[in-house]
Amino acid sequence: MTRSQRTAAFIASRLASVVLTIAGATLLLFLMVRLVPGDFTSVMLGPRATPELRAQITHDMGLDRSMVEQLWLFASRAATGNFGEDVVSHRPILDIVLDVIPNTLALAFSALALALVVGIPIGVIAALKPGSWLDSGLALLSISFITTPTLVVSVILFLIFAIGLHWLPVAGAGNPGDIMDRLRHLILPSVALALGWVGYISRLVRAALLDTLAELHVRTLRAYGVSEYRIVGLYALKLALVPVVSILGIGLGDLIGSSVVVEIIFARSGIGSLIFNSIAQRNYPVVQACVVFIVAFYIVANLVVDMINALLDPRIAVGRG
Amino acid sequence: MSGLVATLKRICSERDGRLGLAFTCLILVFALVGPLVSPDPNAIDIKARFAPPGVMHLLGTDNLGRDLMARTSVGTRYALTLAVMIVVISSVIGSLIGIVAGIAGGWVDRAVTAVFDIVNAFPPLILAFALIALYGKGSATFVLLVTVVFIPQFGRMARARAQTLRTLSFIEAERMLAVHPVTIVVRHYLPNVAGPIIVLASMNLPVVIAFEASLSFLGFGVQPPKSSLGTLIKDGFISINQSWWPTVAAALVLAIATLGATLLGEALRRVIDPKSAGVR
Repeated sequence: MTRSQRTAAFIASRLASVVLTIAGATLLLFLMVRLVPGDFTSVMLGPRATPELRAQITHDMGLDRSMVEQLWLFASRAATGNFGEDVVSHRPILDIVLDVIPNTLALAFSALALALVVGIPIGVIAALKPGSWLDSGLALLSISFITTPTLVVSVILFLIFAIGLHWLPVAGAGNPGDIMDRLRHLILPSVALALGWVGYISRLVRAALLDTLAELHVRTLRAYGVSEYRIVGLYALKLALVPVVSILGIGLGDLIGSSVVVEIIFARSGIGSLIFNSIAQRNYPVVQACVVFIVAFYIVANLVVDMINALLDPRIAVGRG
Repeated sequence: MSGLVATLKRICSERDGRLGLAFTCLILVFALVGPLVSPDPNAIDIKARFAPPGVMHLLGTDNLGRDLMARTSVGTRYALTLAVMIVVISSVIGSLIGIVAGIAGGWVDRAVTAVFDIVNAFPPLILAFALIALYGKGSATFVLLVTVVFIPQFGRMARARAQTLRTLSFIEAERMLAVHPVTIVVRHYLPNVAGPIIVLASMNLPVVIAFEASLSFLGFGVQPPKSSLGTLIKDGFISINQSWWPTVAAALVLAIATLGATLLGEALRRVIDPKSAGVR
């Protein structure tokens, strides 16, 4: 097989496993909700359960049909984004989810960008002087960033910059039309979300860069008298970024997961706070739809990252294909 | 016992190990001794609401005038207990499932791996959230549900080790000699899987501590009247305009606990499993 055929075969096998995983996750989600003890309509509706709503849910979700039919109904609707109508607001659940998703995506992507912009230079600086006091100081800083829970970072940032110094807004996502206002509202939450990943990425870059700098082709460059800064900037850093790219998928998933805490503390609307509020109201159809979205996003993000990696480093596709 | 002393000595031979051990001991002393020397954590004293740290109340008081030194130390103890329980249960169950999958191979292995993949397709916090929302709160349920989220990691690790072990000649020889499979597992697989699992468990402890705090902060973990670090941060956060001290105290304890446990876990990994320690 040629290289491009191998890459294609690798991508095809990844796609197949993605489809299977999404199907499995949908099944798990379906079973999770169905296996809840007690009458299903009361579980779904909670205190709102009236005979009419019960009948509507029974009909909408096909509760009067067999489990297999119900699963098919759920999966085929989820695949087309049809999650039914919300019993609280009488709007399509899809619209409710789509309303808040941009906020969460803005938060997650800005946190990821921040983590890369700050984390990569820290890793490079540490790797240039391995074993120095600067390196060991940065190592301790990175590990503190990684271990401090997002919850703690959010609370402390909130206290210092929003309550104490009044530099940045306390709550919300800003006025919809006002870009500057929205950016100001984005600063604290994205810093809070990014900090752990700053530490993680810097450690990853440092380790990968040290590995690369120990390789033979780098020694050859040194023998030719190429300066250390040119070696890192032009040759080594590119290779050292491969492991960083491969964790970005997990990173995005993790950031979206942690966004629940951040969105609650900074009172931002988003998919995390939507799940939280829907659970509080026992509005499970909305929760279910949100989780389907998050899982699909997580899996697709990992797939995209795998593909980028297969293109960046052909050994990955060859090794498995 | 001498092995433990040797491990501790090697952990103390480097800065991160010493720091980790120091922070961990600090937190342990706080969690174990704190409740013994401080007043009743649930005693309400309305006149002393939001008292700043002082001689009477070392860490001040909360919105009901309850002593925060007592509440934070009791909360720390409870949070640590839950985290250790979750890590122990999920590592034991994960190891057993992983070993069985690794030894059995075939469809058993494929099924187990598929289930692990599916559980991992959910961001951990979101999965725990959904499970707790559906299946109820309460400490025992909480421990069980969070355990589900953490089992796959241990399972994967044990499975990979078991697969390697299966091909080794001394285990093949015992199989030929018709030694009972359970005996082989107990005699060879468990001791060989234990090392990496212990390392993974110690690395996961701070993750679980933070996880529990986040869930409790959001109201899905520890329920009143019990308190953990997460509920203390939440309680403090609600009245943050009157007094910032309760939140910061619990948040700092949480940060020190996770930092200490991580540094200690990494030092332990370098001692037990030097190959996986990477570039230092």
